[in-house]
Amino acid sequence: MNSISHTLDPDDARNAAREVRKRRLQAFLFVVPLLVFIMFAFVAPITTMLYRSVHNPTVANLVPETLAALEEWSGEGMPDDTVLIQFATDMKRMANERTSGQLADEINRALPGMSSVVKSTARTLRRVEDSDLSANGATLLLAANDRWSDPATWRAVRDAGPTYSSSYYLTAVDMERTTDGGIAPRDTQIYKQLYTKTLKMALIITILTILLGYPLAFFMAHASSGLANFLMVFVLLPFWTSLLVRTTAWIALLQTNGVVNSTLIALGITDQPIEMLYTQFATIIAMTHILLPFMVLPLYAVMRGIDNSFMRAAISMGSRPLGAWYKIYLPMSLPGLSAGALLVFIISVGYYITPALVGGVDGQMISNIIAFHMQQSNNWELAAALGSLLLILILVLYWLFDKFVGTDNIKLG
Amino acid sequence: MKKHLTLLATLALTAGPLMAQDLTVTSFGGAYGAAQQEHMIDPFMAETGVNVLFEDYGGGIAEMKAQFEAGNILWDVVDIEVIDLERACAEGYLEILDHSVLPAGDDGVAAADDFIPDALANECGVGNIVWSVVFATNTDNGPGPTTMAEFFDVEAFPGNRGLRKRPQVNMEWALIADGVAREDVYELLATEEGQARAFAKLDTIKDDIVWYDSWSQAPVLLNDGGAAMVQSANGRIFAVIEEDGAPFEIVWDSHVYDLDVWAIMRGTENLDLAMQFIQSATRTVPLSGMQDVAYGPTRRSAQALLSDEVKENLPTAHLDVGLKADGIFWADFGESLGEKFNEWLLQ
Repeated sequence: MNSISHTLDPDDARNAAREVRKRRLQAFLFVVPLLVFIMFAFVAPITTMLYRSVHNPTVANLVPETLAALEEWSGEGMPDDTVLIQFATDMKRMANERTSGQLADEINRALPGMSSVVKSTARTLRRVEDSDLSANGATLLLAANDRWSDPATWRAVRDAGPTYSSSYYLTAVDMERTTDGGIAPRDTQIYKQLYTKTLKMALIITILTILLGYPLAFFMAHASSGLANFLMVFVLLPFWTSLLVRTTAWIALLQTNGVVNSTLIALGITDQPIEMLYTQFATIIAMTHILLPFMVLPLYAVMRGIDNSFMRAAISMGSRPLGAWYKIYLPMSLPGLSAGALLVFIISVGYYITPALVGGVDGQMISNIIAFHMQQSNNWELAAALGSLLLILILVLYWLFDKFVGTDNIKLG
Repeated sequence: MKKHLTLLATLALTAGPLMAQDLTVTSFGGAYGAAQQEHMIDPFMAETGVNVLFEDYGGGIAEMKAQFEAGNILWDVVDIEVIDLERACAEGYLEILDHSVLPAGDDGVAAADDFIPDALANECGVGNIVWSVVFATNTDNGPGPTTMAEFFDVEAFPGNRGLRKRPQVNMEWALIADGVAREDVYELLATEEGQARAFAKLDTIKDDIVWYDSWSQAPVLLNDGGAAMVQSANGRIFAVIEEDGAPFEIVWDSHVYDLDVWAIMRGTENLDLAMQFIQSATRTVPLSGMQDVAYGPTRRSAQALLSDEVKENLPTAHLDVGLKADGIFWADFGESLGEKFNEWLLQ
């Protein structure tokens, strides 16, 4: 290689190098729009979410002086009057800037019921003169509401102070920090249960799509191309239909006087309608249907590429059909199976609309709770922590999958 | 030349929505939004020539928080439930309104006396409608429960109960069914014992509850037999009785009523115009139009315009047997009870 380039004219070598650079630049330019899009629509929001799950400067920005004054306090008994006066002054300022609600929200998270105390105290102190406040701030504060005489309230103010905090992650795994700095289970145990349940449902749905999808893809891959195309339409039609339409169709099928129940009653199989809608069963069956194409399509694409003569050879050498399938066909179709299983599992872990519409209570998944904290409780930090945990969970599962199955074994076609 | 004119016209049309004279009003859509469009938005556009963009949202304050944090205020006027108003106002997302500029009622009574007191109770809003969460039964199933205690009595009234999957209203109803007086409900719910008592009462019907998420599912459940009785916004049930002749009956006992108010996003560039809209939309006649969707107007002069038959269908005619939803209580306990409620559901 070197000897040839030595014999080349230096100009030609330069031209060749320039040509290579040009090609590289062209190739890069093709990718730029996607890179920009991914940065903008994927990397940036996820980074923001990860950051938000540990970073909450609200209280630190609202009452910096109070927090500084609280640093001296041991956490036992009441803080000094200077702290109380400083806080009373801060309250008046917040009432005028109308930011007391933000502080109220944060304190309320640790001590439910504090929201109205903070807001009403701020309203009371708004009318007090500054001079009066700096002299009698402590008394006025304690008079405004007796919860200010409780050291627990001040611990809540102090603990809400740090700009960076791991407390949202603790909550997301049903733990909390105790007054002496240790970590203990919370009273409300909910998130671990929900993660487990979500993973269990995703696993059931993945297995069901394999049981339904694998034979179908196998049959299609070995059918005549006309029949295969015809069947493919039946796989793709639902795939192209809106998610909401398909979910609503399941409501029509499964409801008490729905198609399924009417048929069962007409056939005399049951005389009372069976309750199917708003159960875990409904979520699983509807999601299996919705996610089935994600299993069939990669399986079919891979199976089409498998040469039938391998199976024939194995059987002609004396293998039973099932043995030949297990030893020869299954390993060869594994890349499609892995791709399908991974797609279905990961999509169903984060599913939201279908469980919300047909799931009732049993069908509740972790995404429904994340939505609750985004839309109703406004605890975006906790929503971010729950979302980040979900992301980490999926990355770990992907890593395990890579370790045991190998991601180079994934094939979409 | 003609081509140029078309181009100019297109430009003028597309540039229209960007002009400062536009006002963005956000509300809940559906039949309610349609009634507001007819009685409030359209007359305002006709009178002032201002173009109003009327948008939908699903309630809550998350979108206001997002706009405020991004420093990009997209809405001018917003229709908000009082249960969220308390928080939105205290967190500084809404303008403080001058209630003295509201016009007098058509009968000449000053605004301060014409509006029901709850309508002007918060400095950030002007009351628009009184709506209510009631329960309804399907008369095809024979006589149904008529009181809250009966709603919780699965022996006497078997069948599924359709409830909205959230602690609000359900916790209140459980305590009332357990014999707590309406005026003591929120005080009791603020205590651990009260909350435990409400969950214990809900436990007695847990196996008979069908949970749903969106108000629109309530009449569907009652219709298809999925539930023998459902919790619903009163207007939803009223609409299917009126339009489809559904054999449903609204039970007003222990209904939980609340107000919707008009409020203005803090930091809007169209402050004066937004206030002008609220002044216009909360006059006597536009408010009386809300009867179309069975929500009670918040002005006495508007209620006077309604026929007795119509009034009977409005929450305002049944306030004596109802409970006012407590926005301050739910600002305090919404998140913690929401978590406990979800935990209870998982058990």
